[in-house]
Amino acid sequence: MTDAEHASTLQPFDTSTSAKRYRAFSPSRIYAITTNTVTELTRLKVFYVLLVFALVLIGSSIFMAQFSFQQEFQILKDVSLGAISIFTSLLAIVATARLLPQDMEDRTVYTILAKPVTRFEYVLGKITGVLLLLAISTLVMVAAFVLVLYMREQAVLQVTARQLAGAPPDHIAEALRAVRSAAFNINIVPGIIIIYLKACLLAALTLFVSTFATSNIFTIVVMAFIYFIGHLEATAREYWLQAHSSGLIARAFLAVVALLFPDLQAFNLVDDIVAGTVISLALFTKTALLGVFYTVVYTLLAAVVFYGKEL
Amino acid sequence: MMRGLVALAVLIAVGLLKLPVERNLAALHRQEHFRGVEFNLDLREKIGQLGFIAALSGFRAIVADALFIQAYSAWENTEWGRMLLLFRQITTLQPRVLLFWDTAAWHMAWNASVAAMNDQKQPRLALRVKAQRECFALGKDFLERGIKNNPDRPELYEALARLYKEKYKDHERASEYYAKAAALPEAAPWDRRFSAYELSYCERREREAYERLRSLYDEGEKERLPTLVKRLKFLEDKLEIPQEQRIPETGSFKR
Repeated sequence: MTDAEHASTLQPFDTSTSAKRYRAFSPSRIYAITTNTVTELTRLKVFYVLLVFALVLIGSSIFMAQFSFQQEFQILKDVSLGAISIFTSLLAIVATARLLPQDMEDRTVYTILAKPVTRFEYVLGKITGVLLLLAISTLVMVAAFVLVLYMREQAVLQVTARQLAGAPPDHIAEALRAVRSAAFNINIVPGIIIIYLKACLLAALTLFVSTFATSNIFTIVVMAFIYFIGHLEATAREYWLQAHSSGLIARAFLAVVALLFPDLQAFNLVDDIVAGTVISLALFTKTALLGVFYTVVYTLLAAVVFYGKEL
Repeated sequence: MMRGLVALAVLIAVGLLKLPVERNLAALHRQEHFRGVEFNLDLREKIGQLGFIAALSGFRAIVADALFIQAYSAWENTEWGRMLLLFRQITTLQPRVLLFWDTAAWHMAWNASVAAMNDQKQPRLALRVKAQRECFALGKDFLERGIKNNPDRPELYEALARLYKEKYKDHERASEYYAKAAALPEAAPWDRRFSAYELSYCERREREAYERLRSLYDEGEKERLPTLVKRLKFLEDKLEIPQEQRIPETGSFKR
């Protein structure tokens, strides 16, 4: 074949078409990884065990609380929101800790990364999947909580109306108003959003830890320590910044805690909200932004470390 | 390795960046009455190691509820000392929950005090009365500390007013605390009225009580309740108010 003949059989290389076909960042690829991650996680037994356990705890708070209606609603809300907080945090850690090690063990990660998927997209798809799962489970738990609270509220309203039968209408209205105000309070909603954001933060941090961890057990243990230290971070920070007369080693330790760990105590607003403290828009916005900031930073760090990881 | 060091450097940089933000947020929390509990050795001694760890991990409400259920059992078994300790722990953990302060005060000032007075193991009346007064004082202490932690909520002022009225028979202080409750934004509509009622029982303050009750009466039908009319008529007689200034005699409230 002469050069001229060879040239006529070859298709000209169209660089513009090629560039259109592959994009460095593709939401559809991330979406595919996200849906795959959600499907994978919902097939896990641990997800159902945690969810059922949380729902049972929320439901059982009815039987725990045979006190006056104020005491009953207080305990019901405390226990339910506490259960939501514990189980979303647990789920965030347990579900995320196994993502990367499991994919490496199953060799799925090699199949995915052999395709035109960047490591950043892979990490982003994975974390989005976990965040979606957390949103679904939080919604399920909140629905159970609202249902239980509504049922108890209706029962108490009926009993109160029966007890006050024959009383002046304004007395009855006042009593029923007291019951309603002790039950569901719209202020709880921002508190629940903050619980979700705390779980998102924990998921992103777990993903970051899992990028250099050797097993998911190691990640879970490290995250358990981080969880406790994170709740003490505010105390460590104040001691460090207020220059208490502690030694150099102690100050260095406090500085490490204050700088490297997130302040998880900042996300515990729901206890005071249940107690009747009104959350301002400024406080809610600042706390929510801090949660989003941490989630983004830890996800980016996870991507950076994962880029350099030898697979 | 290099990427690990970069990640660490970024973490430290982020740490330096977040410090003022977190401090600012913590200050906002304190200002808006969040984080109302001081985590220190005193709390550690009060709630034990497990409770302290749980409280530190963000489960302080659940720990407080568990202790509240224990306090409820202690009350059922009339273990007053144990109940008092439990309520001290509960209110330390959840200082913003009015219900806990109120219940603690009610148990001490109403239930424990009656039990102290009826204590058959103590034959001497003087000692029983002393024990009863101590229970009143414990109830009062809970309410006063509750008010210190929640100065913006009227419920505990009302509870303290009730305690002064019913246990100490101190109408002047009861009136003062009802008035304090009435001055707060979420006060019940009867607080102002109750403050005036209590004042009407105080010697040498009848004139002030009369003026307050009269001003409530003049607000209209809604305030003209049987007790208010009765107390007003009593004061009119006592202060010898001229006939033309007195409230009209009505069928059910004849002098």
